[in-house]
Amino acid sequence: MENEVKLAAGAMVTLGLATAALVVLPYIQVRDVKAPEGLKPYTSAELRGRASYIANGCVYCHTQQPRDKSFGPDAERGWGRATVPGDYSYDKPHLLGSMRTGPDLMNIGVRQPSKDWHLGHLYQPRAYVPDSIMPSYPYLFDVKNEAEPGDEVLKLPPGYAPQNKIVVATPEALDLVKYLQSLNRSYPVLPPEPQAASGAAAPAVEAAPAPVPVPAAAAASAS
Amino acid sequence: MDSAVMSLLGAFLLSIIGLFVFIWSMRKGLLMENPRAASVIFAKGEIGKVDDPALQPGERAELQAAAAEKGDAAIHLPDELELDQRLDADRSSAFPVFMFIAFACMWLVLGSVAGLTASLKLHMPDWLVSEAWMTFGRIRTVHLTAVLYGWITNASLGVIIWLLPRLLRTPLMGAMWVMLGGALINVAIASGIGAIGAGWTDGMEYLEMPWQIGLFIVAGMVCIIGPVLYTLVNRKVESLYVTVWYHVAALLWITLLFLVAKLPGVHYGVQQATMNWWYGHNVLGLWFTPVSVGAIYYFLPKIIARPVRSYNLSILGFWTLAFFYAQVGGHHLVGGPVPGWLVTLSIVQSMMMIIPVAAFSINMAGTMWGRTHLARYSPTLRFMMFGGLMYMLSSVQGSFEALRSINQVAHFTHFTVAHAHLGAYGFVTMVLFGAIYFMMPRVLHWEWPYPRLITLQFWLAAVGILIYFVGLSYGGWLQGQYMLDATRPFMDSVNVTLPWLKSRSVGGALMVASQIIFVGHFLAMVLRFGPERTGAALFSLRRAQKLELDHGE
Repeated sequence: MENEVKLAAGAMVTLGLATAALVVLPYIQVRDVKAPEGLKPYTSAELRGRASYIANGCVYCHTQQPRDKSFGPDAERGWGRATVPGDYSYDKPHLLGSMRTGPDLMNIGVRQPSKDWHLGHLYQPRAYVPDSIMPSYPYLFDVKNEAEPGDEVLKLPPGYAPQNKIVVATPEALDLVKYLQSLNRSYPVLPPEPQAASGAAAPAVEAAPAPVPVPAAAAASAS
Repeated sequence: MDSAVMSLLGAFLLSIIGLFVFIWSMRKGLLMENPRAASVIFAKGEIGKVDDPALQPGERAELQAAAAEKGDAAIHLPDELELDQRLDADRSSAFPVFMFIAFACMWLVLGSVAGLTASLKLHMPDWLVSEAWMTFGRIRTVHLTAVLYGWITNASLGVIIWLLPRLLRTPLMGAMWVMLGGALINVAIASGIGAIGAGWTDGMEYLEMPWQIGLFIVAGMVCIIGPVLYTLVNRKVESLYVTVWYHVAALLWITLLFLVAKLPGVHYGVQQATMNWWYGHNVLGLWFTPVSVGAIYYFLPKIIARPVRSYNLSILGFWTLAFFYAQVGGHHLVGGPVPGWLVTLSIVQSMMMIIPVAAFSINMAGTMWGRTHLARYSPTLRFMMFGGLMYMLSSVQGSFEALRSINQVAHFTHFTVAHAHLGAYGFVTMVLFGAIYFMMPRVLHWEWPYPRLITLQFWLAAVGILIYFVGLSYGGWLQGQYMLDATRPFMDSVNVTLPWLKSRSVGGALMVASQIIFVGHFLAMVLRFGPERTGAALFSLRRAQKLELDHGE
């Protein structure tokens, strides 16, 4: 090869093909996907919480994409049905994740609805899940001598609160918990690719194996 | 249209096009072996004359003696004119190259310390948690940004800017623009790391740097591409050596990739995820890999003084890499909420990646055949051989990892992390180390002051990455199997990885130690420590004297 024009042109063609396949076509295919009826837009508090989820890099240990039964026991673990593109209509940036150092969180709001549990777990994960390797987030909390009006005081398991002091959640922690509680994709949706049935049968609504709510005390195994 | 019909139609069209390309290449004689093009990296009469500036004169004589082969007696002195051109080319790029490598070294130390910290945090979760910037999610991202953009990208740019003028036998034109580009890129990296530490991030893997900061990277790359293309069209050689293709294409690719990925307001939801992995995999496949493969195609033959075995295989490797690698990103979303055809396409192309990898490996094995003992004499050669071998291993592993059956276990686990490090460290970083050891004596006109440190660094890095890779792959595989076993609680998959996470920290500590030695040695060289041996890295006394006069030393 002696021609730099051919080199540059060839390089651009290969990249163009890849971009068409992995960026443009998916864009065309999903741009018209509507948000499912059961999915509500995030409130502003939840969006602030989502911003702290992103800022603190939670996505590097937690996925938000339960897989189909054929890919693993995600539903059996209570993580919920396999997600469909519409489930992410309001997600920007996407938080699908690529790592399960910790469990999938797509439906954590269903299986762990308790605010107290979330706050305490963020303050010290090992107070609830003894072998957890999740970092503790003391910087999301204030340690005080006594509560002031309007303070959200943490109810920690015995032995985990600082001596003679109380732990109070910061607004950031409260927002983050609101976001976690909002993670709920248990409403029913159409199966992922209804056109695969070539219009013969009316698309059936997928029976959503609703994530099992786990009582806070027994949550150890799930988290 | 039905996705199955679409993929069948696509496959059919592709095969037809492929067939026509093949017929055309036969008619054009592209498959005729072309030894002249493979020898373009040597000046006339230079084949058979080993070259490793990282070696001291005595060691170089040993390497030369070991590399001698039948027929070498007839070798003439290298063509003086061509050597002069190379010397001019080297001098034209010296300052920008030094700048890139110096930045690269700085980010390497920061990035690897952050990496070790993140590794330790995974088995010491209550360590360094008081401040937000220290939390795992941020330190890990600082590590990734510092090593990917800070170390690998800067070092790659240094290698490209040093090699292209040499290969084109033309002084670098517009060096000031290159320096400006480098400054912009490093401003962006520094601000990006600061932003991530402060919690300002775009939140996508490999694309964490906020797009406002990312614009500086695009601007910097454009400032670098301009002079590179200008030098390319004004070149003095007729034939473009294969390294030029890899490097020029890589520069164009990474700029466009980054630009498309960072366009604000375009990508959202699931489509953003496919874009994320299109970028995430292409930054490895169309930036790190072609730069390192291109560097091996230059340095390895240069050190052993024999042209690469088959020039055609290197061409085949280039085009198949360009075509297949660009489309493999979707395999990161196997089982995810994305169109099925996309994942299938990426799995097929991942398997097709075996072709460029085999082309490269066969070519290098042919070139090194009967000459592997030369690695005993040259530590730089050792880095290159190790890197080339790891390229083969990590790519073949990557191809199989894309398969659904293996992906099901390995995905979402530390197995993937181990694989990523095999590529980014075992392959890319080792090649960059070797290239820097070769380049710097020519850039700074000074020899490496403590040659034994090069050997020590090699073994620390090699042993470190092997401990890291083997332990973490095994632990990650177990983690994946435990996660697939519905009878086991999730916490089992965490507990089973703990010993392997600790072994990862041990391997990582060795790697950090090797990095510190490397950067310390670099600093010693810059500060002119050690015995004075100016010019020894050059070819002849005449040129050495000329240089000394030019430098007024």
